[in-house]
Formats: sequence, structure tokens, C-alpha cells
Amino acid sequence: MRALLLSIRMLSREWRSGELGVLLLALTVAVAALTGVGFLVSRISAAVSMQAGQVLAADLRLESPQPIDPTVIAQARKSGIRTALATGLLSVVFQGDQSQLADIDAVTGGYPLRGTVKVADQPFDRGAPARGIPPPGEVWPDSRLLAALGGRLGSRLSIGAAELRVGRVLISRPDEGGTFTGLLPNLLMNAADLPRTQLIQPGSRVSYGALFAGSPARVAGFKGWLEAHRRPQERLRDISSTSPQIKSAVDRAGRFLSLASLVAVLLCATAVAMSARRYVGRHLDSVALLKTLGATRRFTVWLATLQLLAVAALAAVIGSVIGYVAQAWLVYALRGLLASRALPPASLVPVAMGFLTAVALLAGFALPPLLQLSRVPALRVLRRDLGPPRPLVLLAFGPAAAVVALLIYWVVLDWKLFLGFTAGLAAFIALLALTGAVLVLAAGRLREGAGVAWRYGIASLSRRRADSIVQIVAFGTGIMALLLLGIIRNDLDGDWRRSLPADLPNYFFINIPPQSRNAFIAYLQARGARPSVVLPMIRGRLTAINGRQVETLRFADHRGEEFANREQNLTWSAALGAGNRVVAGRWWTPAQDGQPLVSVSTEFEKWLGLHLGDRLTFDIAGETFTVRVASIRKVKWDSFRPNFFIVFAPGLLDKVAGTYLTSAYLAPGAARSLAELARQFPSVSIFDIDDLLADVRSVMDKAVLAVQSVFGFTLLAGLTVLLAAVQSSRDERRFESAMLRTLGARRRTVLTGVLAEFAALGILSGLIAAAGASVAAYFLTTRVLDLRYAFSAWACLVGVAGGGLMVIASGWLATRSVVRQPPLATLRADI
Amino acid sequence: MNINPRQNTSAQAQVRSSVLKAEHLTKQVQSPEGLLTIVHDVSLDIASGESIAVVGPSGAGKSTLLALLAGLDLPTTGRVFLEGRDLTQLDEDGRALVRAERVGFVFQSFHLIPSLTALENVMLPLELAGHARARHAALETLRQVGLKDRARHYPRQLSGGEQQRVALARAFVTEPAVLFADEPTGNLDAATGGRIGQLLFEMNARSRTTLVLVTHDSDLATRCERIVHMDAGGLR
Repeated sequence: MRALLLSIRMLSREWRSGELGVLLLALTVAVAALTGVGFLVSRISAAVSMQAGQVLAADLRLESPQPIDPTVIAQARKSGIRTALATGLLSVVFQGDQSQLADIDAVTGGYPLRGTVKVADQPFDRGAPARGIPPPGEVWPDSRLLAALGGRLGSRLSIGAAELRVGRVLISRPDEGGTFTGLLPNLLMNAADLPRTQLIQPGSRVSYGALFAGSPARVAGFKGWLEAHRRPQERLRDISSTSPQIKSAVDRAGRFLSLASLVAVLLCATAVAMSARRYVGRHLDSVALLKTLGATRRFTVWLATLQLLAVAALAAVIGSVIGYVAQAWLVYALRGLLASRALPPASLVPVAMGFLTAVALLAGFALPPLLQLSRVPALRVLRRDLGPPRPLVLLAFGPAAAVVALLIYWVVLDWKLFLGFTAGLAAFIALLALTGAVLVLAAGRLREGAGVAWRYGIASLSRRRADSIVQIVAFGTGIMALLLLGIIRNDLDGDWRRSLPADLPNYFFINIPPQSRNAFIAYLQARGARPSVVLPMIRGRLTAINGRQVETLRFADHRGEEFANREQNLTWSAALGAGNRVVAGRWWTPAQDGQPLVSVSTEFEKWLGLHLGDRLTFDIAGETFTVRVASIRKVKWDSFRPNFFIVFAPGLLDKVAGTYLTSAYLAPGAARSLAELARQFPSVSIFDIDDLLADVRSVMDKAVLAVQSVFGFTLLAGLTVLLAAVQSSRDERRFESAMLRTLGARRRTVLTGVLAEFAALGILSGLIAAAGASVAAYFLTTRVLDLRYAFSAWACLVGVAGGGLMVIASGWLATRSVVRQPPLATLRADI
Repeated sequence: MNINPRQNTSAQAQVRSSVLKAEHLTKQVQSPEGLLTIVHDVSLDIASGESIAVVGPSGAGKSTLLALLAGLDLPTTGRVFLEGRDLTQLDEDGRALVRAERVGFVFQSFHLIPSLTALENVMLPLELAGHARARHAALETLRQVGLKDRARHYPRQLSGGEQQRVALARAFVTEPAVLFADEPTGNLDAATGGRIGQLLFEMNARSRTTLVLVTHDSDLATRCERIVHMDAGGLR
């Protein structure tokens, strides 16, 4: 207890004298970077989830062929979750003599729980958000349905046994899809009117949907309950099963952000380790003296632990505040980049994470050297050359390695990725250390021919052998991390921008009859629209794989069964589509026209467990086709261009009856043309994906913002490492500088020597870092982020030159005062 | 009558009880040239209240002997008894406790903790020993060395002489049984060194502490009751 009280008192004295400052600074930046990233990521992820949820009109959606069990709704309400019901069925809608098959959705109050329904007074007009749902007795048909029926606002539509009035025109609703599963026109009505229609009869095909929304924690809890209690035929959908475009963008942004925060954490860990090293160096004498005066080892251990806890707590508080303010400022500064909706408030979880990480970093990186400090022999008061005994390698590096491994796993949550990342990092650090050792060895030999300043600088390198190696590792890791993030950030950002140009098709046209194909294209072109590629679309069912009926096969992935048991959209094409990349096999040549070949997407390959050369049998319009898998394609689903899981070689399906699909960009205000088009080509289904595109753009804007700002934080963490690395040898430098100047060296000579040393360190670290970053970027872009990797000579140049300059600049900034200080002051202080 | 203090010492030592006793102390270390003997078979008996100077050329092993006597280091062979307790049988923490309660130090390079003020430096050994009125006692001792007004100054704000006076205050504040001084004037100019030496002996006389002094300063050495010469690790 006495030791505890005394160590607290000692601690407060250390605070006052500023001795804990460097360690505190490094850790504060670490926590600020972490919590800043954490706050921002939590806000952006919440925004992205909310936006993705809009596609479901809920956070969670239960779909069933039977009425939803009322206990499910009761349980949801008990869990504090908002609910709504949506009953979907197909029925012919009449207006006088006109009729049209339509997809009818009867919804209850509260629908949609996420996103908005947009309505207008004219078909194909720009919609405005609707207030609530259609009142009883009223329906909201969509533009296509109303155009096909020739109706208008106020018209009376017959649906089953009921007659209902057209109140508004439905322009869009959040859950209309984007996956092109529903090809029919839409009608939204109040669920209270459903019994009057008498449409639901025994045997009717009805889809019952229950929508749920609430706070993420409550939804997660309820989802667990629902998964355990749902009936086998019921299907649960959440954000992960929404449109592939948004999911893909969100996934990649998420992976990048996790990676970036991991890099920031590792950089800060390096800074903490270096600061702790310096702290220990500065306190060797004090601890030896304490022991001479009678302090026990236990007391010095207490002192070290208490100091660390206090530093962690203080850094957590200051760092969290800085992190919060920084991200708030960033969001404010970049508000123009964000789409209309504001970001939801940040959660407090990052503060806890920041504190825990600070404690973990200190425990792993600073506690071992501080505990080692307690082993300084008291005899050091008489013999200054004595330090603590060398620690066991396991004790010195074990905790740090364990903390790093834990942090990496915590971020990547994937064994394969974890092993790859850890092995890569270890190899890189080993390479840096080895190169450092070689440099130090070579420097000793090179210095003979150099001038006095360079000789002094280079001599410093080889004399501080261990320090120099540590500094090369720290500089190299810092530069590599920054370069790596820089390269990936550019790849990611560029990929997104390329995939979403301003004139991206915003309308999809499906079901174009072969005989109207040319007239349809001409119609679009005449109205200034540029149709993209026109692809045939044929419905077919997979019946056998390698001669075995699919009904008898078991698939590892449940999606395989879904694929095998339902009709697929098939196409044929001579050319490989944009956004498609062959990852196995070969795309067919013109000479292979008419051959029974098929190309499948990687999803299809994985879910059905296919291999190159497998024989697939399809039933297409009653005719059997057996084809061989000639290639496997990686499809960029977020490219917003028509894409198919299965593509046949040309010349095989030409004779099979099918329709065509295409997409085109139509400028805003093309409503009248579309209404006319719907009348002229009644069988063509028109999909307006403007809202979906806007959603995806908004998600990507947020992702880009996050990526940029995380990069900013990482840069800050990298600079802290540089500063900590430079600071670590500052005391020794101060003394040397004073000695040299006492011996008659000019200030400039000393400064040039210091800069020479840092230049050698910086350029070499930059060189290895550029090589390391290029290799790591290749693996990360191609294996983790699914991007195409382009080697960047520019990045290498920036690494070498920029890294060198940054190290020189930080070295100069940190040692400037050392050189400026009058030598006598330094020497006196040291005596 | 001119009394030679050195002739008097052994007689006095026999009267007074022994406070520090070294038996056949030898210290060897491994060096690139092989095993190096720094202290060779030294036996010494120091009486309570006695002042003893260890003199000799550089590298004679004086500081190592002092470290062994103070329990800062352990001998390769031989034993050290401080107030009857065998320091060589104690572990590091055990020796630290003995130092906290019974030993004081003054060093050539002062060894003040730079992050603590003069007062805090003086308070430190009292706090380590669990003294209840550390502040009061430390201030009183600082007054005795003439630095009460500089109590809140950090070491870097004090001159060399002042720093050594703080070190003296820190050494005497616990009223130790034995005070070890390693070249206490070695880093000071002659005049300041003289004043510090004067202060050291005054305080020593006042507190009746046993003084073990390692020095090159012959003036300082002659003030001691006994002088032992050391050369090549052994006593002459």
C-alpha cells in the first residue's frame, strides 16, 4: 500500500516534469487515429446500412408463402422493433376493357420502414416522397400499369371483386428491387382493402412479407430469435442479401477501412514502442538511484505499471476527444461530398475500443521494456555502462507479437487472410532489419572517403547499430503503410469513379420481342438515348451436371440448390462483356461459333461446385442442350451493365425463341417518351434505376470520404512514428552535437552530418518500403479487394524520394533545437 | 601535543562497536582478456561513527570496493556484514531494504533525479523508508545545507555545488548508520569542493554517522580518522 501511495506520488511528479510527455503524445495520436477512424466508420457504416436497408424497405424482411405467424409480430414488438406487413400477389387489373397483369402489394401502416415511396400525378414524372400508404379505397399503380391501362388520376381500377380509385401514380418504392426479378408492372394498395378483393383463395400464389426495423443491436438480437423460430419455407433477408451493387461497394469500403485502421494501429504501436524505448533509456539512472536509496524491485514494477495505466487513461480521454472533434470537423468540411442525407450520430463504442487498444498497445509494446527497467542494477550509480540484463527474446517480443496478432485477427476475422497478412508483415520487418544490418555494416566501410560531416553522420549510423536498425524498421514500416494505402486508395477510388460515369444507363428495357428489336432501338436512338449492348435473353432450366440429374445432387451452398431448382436467364454472346474477366479457361474464338460451349460466372461455379470441362444440360423451351464449361468469368456486378451468370457461345441458341434486353441513358424529363414507348411496345418492361444509382453513388461518396479521411489519420499515425523514431536517439544526439561543437565543428557541419544520417536511413527505408508496398498492394487489390492491380512506378518514386524527404525533414525538425542549444548548456546538463 | 589521528584510529575502533565488516572480499569479472580481478582479498572492519578514506590511483578498485561494502554489488567470494547482517546472503530486494533503512550515498556526479525538485529529491529516501513526516524532515535538512530557498528548484536550475548540497541533504536526511561517498568533490572546483567537504564533515559529526569516503582529494582524505590505501585491487 505504501509502495502504491508513493508510486502515485512519484507519478504525479513525473507528470509535472513532462517526462511522460513523449509516450503520452504517441499514445494520444494512436487513440485519436483509432477513435477518429472508429467514429467515422461507425457513422458511415450506420448510414450505409440504413441506405442498404432502404432496398429492403426494412432492416430485416421475412418472406413466406403462408400468412406470417402473429407470434413473430408480437415478439418483434416486444423486442422494441417496428413492423409492417406487405402481401404480394399477381392479378389482372382492369380499367374498362383494358387489362394488364400486375404485381400487387398490399401494405399496412408504417410501410416502408426504411426508404421512401415516391409518387406523382403523371406517369413517368419525377416523384415526390409520399406521406404514408394509400388510404383505404385508393390504389397507387405505377407508370407502366397506368400507361398500359390508359388510366389517369381518379380512374377506377377493378382488382378482383373490388373497385378502387387511382389516388396517385407510383414512381418508385424502396423494395422494388434492382435485381430484375419482378418484371411486371406494380400496384400499391392498402392491406385493409385486400379482403374486399377476394383475391386470396385456397391455392392462390401469395407472398407474405413481414418488415422489421430498429436499432442495430435490437435488430441483431431479433434476427437471432427469428432464425431459430422461422418455419422452413420462410426466407429471411437482410442487408447482405440486397442489391449486389451496393453490397459490393460497401464490402470493399469496409475491407479497406478495416485495413486502414489496422495500419494506423500498427503504426501507432511502432510509435509507442519507440517512445517506450526512449523513456526507458532516460530512466535508467533514476531507477538505479531509486534502488540505491532502497526501492525494491516490486516498487519499481508498481511504478511502471501505474505510470502506464495513467498514460493509457489520459491518452484515451484526450485521444477520444481529438478523434471525435477531428471526424466531426471532417464530416463538416466534406459535407458537400455527402449526399443529401446527414450521417447518423456516432456511437460511443470507439471510445471503449480506443481505451482497450491503448492498454493493449502499452501492455504489448511498453510494459516489457518498462518491466525490464525495474531490473536495472543499483550499481549503475557507480558504473554508467551497466544496463538491465538482456531480456529473454520471448519476453521482449512475445507480448508485442501477441498484441499485433490479436489486433490483425480482430480486424480481418479470417484465418487465411490473417496468416497471409501476418506472414507478409513478419517477412517485411525481417527484410527491413536485414537490410538495416547490411547498411550499418557497409556504412562503416564507406565513411573513409566522405567529408567530415558525412563521415560523422555515417559513423553515427554504424555506432548506434541497434538504434539504426530499429529506426530503419520504423521508417520503412511507416512509409510502406502510407504508400500501400495510397496505392489502394487510388485503385479503389478510380475503380468506383470508372464504374459510375455520369451517362451510365439509368433505364433497363427487358422483354423486347425479336421482331420489334430494331424498331425499338431506332425509337430510342431517335429520342437521343444511346442504347448499350443489346443482348438476347432466354429462359432455361439446368437439368443435369455431367449427366447426373440436378435433383439427385447435393450442393454445399444452399444457393446452388436455388439455382438448380429455378429457371435461369441465359444469353449468348460472341464478345466478352465489359466488366467481365476470364479467370479460368478461355473465351471462345470466332472459329468456335455454334459449338456447345458455355461460360459461367465465379458465383455459379462456386455455388454449384463446377469445374472447367464439366458438362451442363439445360432444358430450354422444351429442347435439351448439353454444353461444356469453356471458361469461368469474374463479373463486376457493380458495373451497372447487363450481365448474366451463364453465357452460351454464339450460333447455338439463335433459333430458340427469346427476347432481348438493353439499357440506355435517358436524360431527366424523358417521362413523355417513356409513356409513349410503353404504349407502342406494351410487352417491354421498363426499369428506372435512377434511384438505385443515386443510392449507390451516395454509398460510394461516403465510402470515398471514409477512405480519404482514414488515409489522413493513417498519415498522422505515420508521422508520429517518424517523430518517435527520431526522438528515440535525440538525447544521444544532443550530447554528440555539443561535443562536436566544443571541438570546433560549425553548427552547419553538425547539422549536415545529422541530415546525412537521416538521408541514408530515409532513402533506404523508402526503397524497401516501395518494393514492399508494391508487392502487398498486388495481393491486397487482387485477393482482398477484387480490383485490378496496376504497378505504379510513380508510387515507387514517391516512396523513395518522399520517404527520404519526410525522414530528413522530421529529422531536421527534431534535431534543429539540439544543434541550436549552446554546447555548454548541454554538457553541463549531462555532467 | 600533536596527535596523529591515524595512530588513534585503531584504538578508537577497538573501543567502538563494529558497524561494517568485510571479510576476504574478492571481485572478479569476465573481460575480453579473460577473468579480471578488480578487488582482491580485502578485509576491513569499520567502527560505528568512524570516518575512513579509501585512496589510491584510478583503476585501483576503490569504487568497486565501495559498491561491495554498500551492497550495490555482490563479491565473487567473501562476506560483508552491515550492523551484523550478512549482505551477501540477502537478495537484491533485501539489500535494498537495508540501504533504505541504514545507508546513505553521495556520488561524484550527484545523481539527483532530474524530474524531481530539490525538496522531492531529499524526500525520496524518507518516502521509500515510509517516513511519516518526510516533507518536514527534508525541508529541515535542506535548511541545514543552506538551500531551503531553492527547495522547489529542479536540479537543472541549480549549480554543481548546490546540486551536491542537495545530494548531501538527501544522504543525511535518513540519519543513516553508514554514509558512502564516492568522490563527492570530484566534479567541483577547488573552492566549491572545499566548502562541500567542510559541510560533509560537519554534518557527519553532527549525526555521528559512519563515513566511508572514496576520494583522490588528499585534503578531504586527511580529515578522516583512518586512511586506507588501495592499489591493484588490494589494500596496502
